[in-house]
Amino acid sequence: MNFPGSGIIKGLAVTARNFAGSYFEKDRLTTEQYPEERPKLPENSRSFPFLIYDGEDPEAGMRCVSCKICEKECPPQCIYIIQDRDAAGKAIKRPKIFDIDISVCMSCQICVEVCPFESIRMDQDYELSSFDRFGSLILDKSKLLKSNAYYQSIHPTEAAETDARFEADRKKKEAAAAAKAAAAEKAAAEKAAKPPITPEAGA
Amino acid sequence: MNIFLELVHFLQAPNELLRWFIDLLGSFGLPQWILAIISALIIIGTVIGVFLGLFALMSVMERKILARAQNRYGPNRVGFFCWRLCGLFQPVADGIKMITKEDLVPRTADQVVHLLAPVVMMIPALMVLAIIPYGRDMVPADLNAGILFFFAVGAGTEVAVFMAGWASNNKYSVLGAMRAIAQMISYEIPLVIAAIIAAMISGSLSPSAIVAAQGGFAWGFVPQWFVLTPWGFAACLLFYIAALAESNRSPFDLPEGESELVAGHLTEYSGFKYATFFMAEYIGMFAVCGMLVTLFLGGWQAPLPFLTIIPSWCWFFGKVCFVAFTMVWVRATLPRLRIDHMLAFAWKFLLPMSFAAFISAACWHYAGRGPLAWLLSLAIVGIPYLVLGTAFSNRFAVSRRTYQFSE
Repeated sequence: MNFPGSGIIKGLAVTARNFAGSYFEKDRLTTEQYPEERPKLPENSRSFPFLIYDGEDPEAGMRCVSCKICEKECPPQCIYIIQDRDAAGKAIKRPKIFDIDISVCMSCQICVEVCPFESIRMDQDYELSSFDRFGSLILDKSKLLKSNAYYQSIHPTEAAETDARFEADRKKKEAAAAAKAAAAEKAAAEKAAKPPITPEAGA
Repeated sequence: MNIFLELVHFLQAPNELLRWFIDLLGSFGLPQWILAIISALIIIGTVIGVFLGLFALMSVMERKILARAQNRYGPNRVGFFCWRLCGLFQPVADGIKMITKEDLVPRTADQVVHLLAPVVMMIPALMVLAIIPYGRDMVPADLNAGILFFFAVGAGTEVAVFMAGWASNNKYSVLGAMRAIAQMISYEIPLVIAAIIAAMISGSLSPSAIVAAQGGFAWGFVPQWFVLTPWGFAACLLFYIAALAESNRSPFDLPEGESELVAGHLTEYSGFKYATFFMAEYIGMFAVCGMLVTLFLGGWQAPLPFLTIIPSWCWFFGKVCFVAFTMVWVRATLPRLRIDHMLAFAWKFLLPMSFAAFISAACWHYAGRGPLAWLLSLAIVGIPYLVLGTAFSNRFAVSRRTYQFSE
């Protein structure tokens, strides 16, 4: 049917269909009502870096050894590390201060690429707004440290790969240690079995 | 039981409640002129309160309907303390925002006229509410030339629009106001002719007489509203289109075309003055919807005989809300017209069509209002529509764009 004004009627039908349809077909409404409904982030999405710890205690399980490679590589220089020292003043493989200024960080992930200890990884937390312009945007160690389980939950593939590698390394180390121990034992046994060379015998 | 019946009776006719109250006051010995003033104040307060409430509801419902037509949720956050209530408290938040906003007046503006324009805009919008029959025996002022009053006073908004545009001392404001004037004057003619048709057939300029002329049921169940006749349908559509243009609503919202004119005559208005303009525009829209309902949709008459148990004012406001809904629906559908298309549409299509509807109504009446009259009036309205409409669609037909150099 094509008569003058039929285009308007067709248009009205389209809007009416959308209007009524939005009440009955839930998948028409693509809006995520944010505070109640959270988006399912893709695995590779990233916001800012965080530090991983193993086990229960963040301080004890910290993977970071304060090698400062990330600090040196960071293009906008948003990472600040001070190495910890023991009572005698000897350096310990652990950061005393580890700060990331996320108002400076550009989420380039270079720190993640260079970290030899799989210690720094990208977070997915995006609710980082604050009323304070500077202070709350500098994340210190207590805010940066998050458990390996959390890492598993946000980047499962990456985390599984890392954990498998750690497991393999641990097994290899164990095997090496076992072999070493066995060799040492063998050596000791041989040593014990062999009669001691006495000066008299050779004489 | 008796109280229940009384309640039903008062719901059916709230004017009886008012009369009862005034008689009660009269029994205390108050003089007649004080009673008249109290009665008038109650009526004015009720009408203004109802229409402000409708405006508040419309401002949120319009956004929700538009959102739904675009598969969105629309405003659904503002509630009352912890209850969200589908965002129905949005107008409260908007109102608080508008009142607390800074009222900016340009230094070079005509201060007095700039201040007066929203007030002048509001007064006719409220005055025209006086002559609309809201229900059986519920007309605040039953003028015998009510239709004339409606259009004469309603034209006052044009002055306000131009006051606003001129006083702002801003080129966009003046251009927007000029467009608004051109549009309102052009569309006033089909609007008034469409109204004259209804007045002509019912033989009266009084809105209550026009509603009464549409009362009763043919064969016991078909309502005799004017919209159900060929000429009435045409006149109703003409009135509707012209009403859209008169109240500056999409697709005729060119005076506020933000892509070319910022916000037209509203450019230099902010805060409560802007809110007043906004309110006047919506109340004017409801008034013109009420007029459309009165003239063509049977006013407060129920559509079926057994539905008369529902109070007459419910029918009136139901119909007004339906017409307002269709206006939002049209807004969700149609894009804005270009200024020359809009004026051409008014003068070359709506005006001849309103004359055709006028002649058709006259023929319908003189041919005896029978089946022959129906055919005759249908032909008189339909043939010009097809001819003019086809000519118009060909005139503005969109052809495939050809490129001179790039092909």
